[in-house]
Amino acid sequence: MSDVKTLIAARAALELRPGEIVNLGIGIPNLIPGLLGDDANVFLHTENGLLGVGPRPAEEELDPDLIDAAKRPVTALPGAAYFDSAQSFAMIRGGHIDVAVLGALQVSIDGDIANWAVPGSDVLGVGGAMDLVVGARRVIVTMTATSSAGEPKVVGECTYPLTARGAADVVVTELSVFRLRDGALVLTGLLGDATVDDVRAVTGARFDVDLEDLREA
Amino acid sequence: MTARGTISAEEAVSHIRSGDTVMVGGFGLVGAPLTLIEALVERSHADELTIVSNNIGEPGRGLGMLLRQGRIKRGISSYFTSNPEAVAAVNAGRIEATLVPQGTFAEAIRAAGAGIAGFFTPVGAGTLLAEGKEERLIGGVPHVLEEPIRGDVALVYAARADELGNLWYRRTARNFNPLMATAARLTIAEAGELVPTGELEPESIHTPHLYVDHLVLSR
Repeated sequence: MSDVKTLIAARAALELRPGEIVNLGIGIPNLIPGLLGDDANVFLHTENGLLGVGPRPAEEELDPDLIDAAKRPVTALPGAAYFDSAQSFAMIRGGHIDVAVLGALQVSIDGDIANWAVPGSDVLGVGGAMDLVVGARRVIVTMTATSSAGEPKVVGECTYPLTARGAADVVVTELSVFRLRDGALVLTGLLGDATVDDVRAVTGARFDVDLEDLREA
Repeated sequence: MTARGTISAEEAVSHIRSGDTVMVGGFGLVGAPLTLIEALVERSHADELTIVSNNIGEPGRGLGMLLRQGRIKRGISSYFTSNPEAVAAVNAGRIEATLVPQGTFAEAIRAAGAGIAGFFTPVGAGTLLAEGKEERLIGGVPHVLEEPIRGDVALVYAARADELGNLWYRRTARNFNPLMATAARLTIAEAGELVPTGELEPESIHTPHLYVDHLVLSR
């Protein structure tokens, strides 16, 4: 399972361009920093108030005042900046974050994202998810193709509570890369040995095929 | 107002009355005013409180202690889920929960302190969290009207304060503290360290003293 997650994170990492400001959600997106090359040169933003997130600290460098939005200890790189939560979310809503990478429970063919609650359970934690998917200039969803129950997660219409409508730009699973293009879902890339039929078998919606992305090993 | 030196945590929390709305800074426990929270738990009997805080502490820690005492009537937060006991209390009907997207939560507190009566944000439009709120198409994009969130008392934490109440926050312990310091009738700041007035660089003061009514030193 962790290999699948690493595969997804590694493919999502290829979507990031040098110089971009990137916010990473918890789960698969958090594997990305460990997979970026030395020349990736992206700046990581965390919504609790830091631009320039660095790697996990060594034991002797632990600082209780320095965490990321997942409440894990982090470091701050040279050139980092701290700010309050209103400014952090002004950056997000104001379109100053280039990319948000986040997990999801469902994504629809219209780019609707459901990633914060399942029906009938506690709808009591949303955090910054809604702000990020609405405000980031590009939203990359990283998720397995199916749920643990085997249900497709790319669907015609989300049945789980929505995070935002029409917010997804790219969806990366262990099999494929989808892009939302002119309001349509397009399969643009395959991962590993996956075929278009493999993707169809685990996708709960119709999609166009335009395999423009290089096949990634 | 302006602080004039420090008071005890016990005296500080005596300003909190039953039924008050109390804003509490911190992202989880980072930047939370733990000495003030402890005094509220141990030295105050105010109950029926509405708590405005990003999280309701952790089980038995921070605001989680106040929750266990049954003194919270309502929580306004972006993430109750970090304290399973808060989730259980909501599901059992012991406290009311108002869930707000984190950026809207921050901006609504900022608005309260800045005299803004409300704002339209695209965040949350078309979702469960916009139910019952006015929606308007602006530039063809659905927006939600959000009203300010204000408090009777704000409890904030700063690593350093001077005797007037100028505040300096450290690293990611800043989070909601400077916003809440502006948004309540009475602001009580807990400081990790007190320095003589004039020692903080004027350019590096995050919260000017006019927002701070009382200062308490961390234990």
